[in-house]
Amino acid sequence: MERSSFATRSVQFAFLALVAGAWFLATETGSISALFLPRPLSVYAALERLVQTASFWSAVLVTLTTIAKAFAIAIIAGILVGYAVTRSKLATQVIEPVIAGLFTVPITLFFPMFILFFGIGTGSKVAYGATYAFFPIALNTIAAFSNMEQRYLSAARSMGASSFDTFRHVLLPGALPVLITGMRIGFFICFASVLGGETISSVAGIGRNIAHSAELMESARMYAWICFVILTSVTLNLMVYSFENHIRSR
Amino acid sequence: MSDLAAPMKTSAPLSGVLAKALLSPFWLRVALLAVVLALLEFYGRVYADPAFMSPPSLIVKAFFTKIAPQEKILEALWFCVAQISAAYALSVVFGVLIGLAIGATAFSRTAFLPIILLLFAIPQVALLPLVILLFGLGPAAKIAFGFSHGVFPIIMNVVAGMRDVKELHLRAARSMGASRMETIRHIILPHAVPSLFTGLRLGMTMTLLGVILAELYVSTGGIGYYTRVFAESYDPAPLFALTGCLAIIAVTFNELVRIAQNHLTPGKRRSPTLKIPVKE
Repeated sequence: MERSSFATRSVQFAFLALVAGAWFLATETGSISALFLPRPLSVYAALERLVQTASFWSAVLVTLTTIAKAFAIAIIAGILVGYAVTRSKLATQVIEPVIAGLFTVPITLFFPMFILFFGIGTGSKVAYGATYAFFPIALNTIAAFSNMEQRYLSAARSMGASSFDTFRHVLLPGALPVLITGMRIGFFICFASVLGGETISSVAGIGRNIAHSAELMESARMYAWICFVILTSVTLNLMVYSFENHIRSR
Repeated sequence: MSDLAAPMKTSAPLSGVLAKALLSPFWLRVALLAVVLALLEFYGRVYADPAFMSPPSLIVKAFFTKIAPQEKILEALWFCVAQISAAYALSVVFGVLIGLAIGATAFSRTAFLPIILLLFAIPQVALLPLVILLFGLGPAAKIAFGFSHGVFPIIMNVVAGMRDVKELHLRAARSMGASRMETIRHIILPHAVPSLFTGLRLGMTMTLLGVILAELYVSTGGIGYYTRVFAESYDPAPLFALTGCLAIIAVTFNELVRIAQNHLTPGKRRSPTLKIPVKE
């Protein structure tokens, strides 16, 4: 991205200030009901109260373990399936379009079936998140291993590398950047789909709490949860990007 | 292979030709699908608990006995189609307009693109209960949620398409005396079309996601109500049939955008490039 100058930074700052100012003005003048948009200070107070409760941390823990399980399953299944498919050119030609085609259908459609099969607890969210994240990881694994330059492989073979050596020193380093991209996309899809699953139907977790506060019309608490999710996802984004740059630059 | 050799080849056994045709990726995909369906049918009929799983044949039957005759369900499906269309139309109009505005100058791009990226990084499902609270349980909330999903990929791809114009082309236009508007009209916009279509396809996928998420979340009416009724009554066949209908709707929408892309991308209509032999 282009270098940002003082002028572009001030435009961005002005935009944020405008949003914050509009929020403050609209709630202070009472032109919008506090039910729909509570005052910024009451949201902050609600967030402060929220983080002191034990139920907050247990909900966060439920969501995080669900995401961790779903992501782990998606990585293992996605990379295994993706790698197995690329071992044969025919299998790649046959299966890659199937996976890519399935991925354009919103898997959310099948969410009621996940509930039917795995119940309303965390199991259905693990399965749903893992299924959603499987696709980008598998697709990127296929892309990573099937676009390998043939001459690198023949060079390795002609220098007498065993198939494990070839994998370790040629295939894996060549595929790693694309693999990592797949995992990053998979992670954020996993994050969003677990939250979505919890919001639509569940008994615990962050998504459930947002939906529950909305049902009770406790707007300040709902906004506090939403702020927490936004802050978390922005932090996660920054962490993942810097991690990715760190691996790439090695 | 030259044409002269072709008559010689026909003497090859017909089964070999047939085998070659059947081994083409397309037919293998069809075969794969058939095998999966057959396995599901076998599993559904022999092993599965009928409260959770239903063989494909019974799902098709359930469509004709339990989905098609119920006008309320058909109405809900048509509502879903209308909401997706409306949300997508809004996404395209606003996505292209905002994208053009942001991509117009380097300054607006550096200033506003980070804001768009920041908004896009927010997991929007967290806002779903808020959207329902603001727009109510009716179609407005679903259209709004579909729009907020679909608009960002379109904005980003329009901006990206306008950014990646080759400096050489811009300089050529300028040296031939093109005005700013002429440069945008004749150089930047045609160049942005392939990227625009990437955005339109992604935007469609995201719009479908947004509308369906909102449909499933609202369980008092529409698709979400019926999926909940079928799932809670442990009646999987109509649930699978309803899901199948939604999947067909989603695939149809995706295919429509893909066909539009194939017909409207200028690369296909571009006159063949002149190949000038270059001596090194």
